[in-house]
Amino acid sequence: MSDGMVSKLKSALQNFGHRLIDQFWRLGSASRLFGYTLASSGESLRRPFLVIREIYFTGVLSLIIILVSAFFVGMVLALQGYNTLQKYGSSEAIGVLVALSLVRELGPVVTALLFAGRAGTAITAEIGLMKATEQLSAMEMMAVSPIARVIAPRFWGGVISMPLLASLFSMVGILGGYLVAVPLIGVDGGAFWSQMQASVDFREDVMNGFIKSCVFGVACTMIALFEGYDAPPTAEGVSRATTRTVVNSSLAVLGLDFVMTSFMIS
Amino acid sequence: MTDNIVEIDNLSFGYKGRLLHKGINMSFPRGKIVAIMGGSGSGKTTILRLIGGQLKPVKGEVRVGDKVVHEQGRNDLQKLRRKMGMLFQMGALFTDLSVYENVAFPMREHTSLPETMIRDLVMMKLNAVGLRGARDLMATELSGGMARRVALARAVALDPEIIMYDEPFAGLDPISMGVICNLIRNLNDALGATSLVVTHDVKEAFSFVDYVYFIADGVVVAEGTPAELRESTLPFVHQFVHGEVDGPVPFHYAAPDYRRDMLRGHDV
Amino acid sequence: MDRTKIDLWVGIFAAIGVAALLGLAMKVGNLTTSNIGETYTVTAAFQNIGGLKPRSPVKSAGVVVGRIDAIQFDSATYEAKVTLKLDKRYLFPKDTFANIYTAGLLGEQYIGLEPGGDEEYLRENDKIMQTQDAVVLEKMISQFLYSKATETKE
Repeated sequence: MSDGMVSKLKSALQNFGHRLIDQFWRLGSASRLFGYTLASSGESLRRPFLVIREIYFTGVLSLIIILVSAFFVGMVLALQGYNTLQKYGSSEAIGVLVALSLVRELGPVVTALLFAGRAGTAITAEIGLMKATEQLSAMEMMAVSPIARVIAPRFWGGVISMPLLASLFSMVGILGGYLVAVPLIGVDGGAFWSQMQASVDFREDVMNGFIKSCVFGVACTMIALFEGYDAPPTAEGVSRATTRTVVNSSLAVLGLDFVMTSFMIS
Repeated sequence: MTDNIVEIDNLSFGYKGRLLHKGINMSFPRGKIVAIMGGSGSGKTTILRLIGGQLKPVKGEVRVGDKVVHEQGRNDLQKLRRKMGMLFQMGALFTDLSVYENVAFPMREHTSLPETMIRDLVMMKLNAVGLRGARDLMATELSGGMARRVALARAVALDPEIIMYDEPFAGLDPISMGVICNLIRNLNDALGATSLVVTHDVKEAFSFVDYVYFIADGVVVAEGTPAELRESTLPFVHQFVHGEVDGPVPFHYAAPDYRRDMLRGHDV
Repeated sequence: MDRTKIDLWVGIFAAIGVAALLGLAMKVGNLTTSNIGETYTVTAAFQNIGGLKPRSPVKSAGVVVGRIDAIQFDSATYEAKVTLKLDKRYLFPKDTFANIYTAGLLGEQYIGLEPGGDEEYLRENDKIMQTQDAVVLEKMISQFLYSKATETKE
């Protein structure tokens, strides 16, 4: 290898090493922010309206996309599921298939991904802009902790919204599946529900799904908050930060999903 | 107990090995308006942040009252900050609140006054800056000058002892500039406070401040009353005050010889 | 965005969210059919439990009357010791049979209790003496082949 190639390789490796260490540094930074957020949550308890306001912005305003998506996902599950099940003469298990897919996996995961895209980016952009226009600095100078006043309420708002949204997603998805399976395809309505009730276990399936959505809520909201807080105070910086929010949230959700599922299936 | 409300003692500050300030000494007497001037990037705004405790010095001390700012614990630092009001360059109003709510913010956070009293106080502060009629507008609906005046009302909401202004004249039309000058002077005298104005606007600043500090290359290169500085023969001060094109602050950014640079493209 | 409107919408949101969760729990899951009542514990020993798992149902006459609490290996008798938790409302005579059945052809396995005729009932920590093991497919096949082989011999 010539000198030029060696030095290019060296700088590529250095670059990579730098970026890797940078990621670790950012992870540490994010963990620190997480710690501060939890520690500063007293204000959110004392003034619940701050949290309620954030539940509105992250939860209520995400309802439309969540419910519409849930409906479509449920319908597709029913269609695809019926297509395969009827080959084995088990088309009456369609209720079980739709319910379990939604409650165990699709409900929490798809909700989290949609949440990251809609509410997560909104949070990142808002915090990033507040930082860029010195609003957070102004708050600090007025002896008000921006973490207690701005970050923590948004954290709790997201954490509370997510499981509610996931439950709604699963419920509406099942409804959508029902509407396709029973009136449209002609599966027996009674069998749909009774098979579902026999196979879906509250603790194993519903509770596990709920726990998953809570964990996703913490992860997605914290990532969104951190990216906004850490963003360079420029237009480009904020825009890159929102992209990072979606990417990192999605990776975190899918990774955590795998980890939690492997714990739960045992 | 000195007569200075803020004292900066041999302050050094910097990032990542590069020092921005290399031993700065300043004192700000009670009741006076002091300007901190210098070229862009000379670290003027950073001094305000050091006074407010948002940054920690590398060496030296910043004292407010008799307390060293960076040695204060969180609660004491918050108490210290309540004595200060800061006007940020672009206003930094909270964009999701109205004008009224912006000015009421510090009152609601730090006092337990009933809403009726808060209303009276907010009206008084807005009236002082001439924007009482704009109280229900959203912060995003204001023009630059108006936003800055509201931010000023918010900065003095709790009658601070120290009011800091970060480039208050930047980007304003002549009328607004005159208004702000007036407000700074009147508020300072009415509240008996001390005002620190960071700016590079010589004409406006010299028209109403009591004392000026000049910063360049990380140190205080000159200080005095506006009258004294107008007469100064120090090259930097002279260039700055009279707006000369070339002097200690060179016109040309460092570059190789002109002739050689131009010929380089055509050389054989 | 005025305060009362936000409060209203968040209230509605929280209400339907919780309703969805409850709906999932009740209608979709089987929270209502799981043991809410008091239970008493009995044990049973099997030579082969097949695919029986903790929390598998214990049924009698097809109705769920309890759940399997734990399955352990008894190294003294080399048998599987299964701990059952039965609903206190249902008492079974001491000579009840505990058999391992499969729901459907390939479904999950459960314990079916067939009551005997004893006048005394099973109490807390009693042991069910009559048990029938799970049907293991390989054993069935080898039995079938063996019987087929002896048939042709004759």
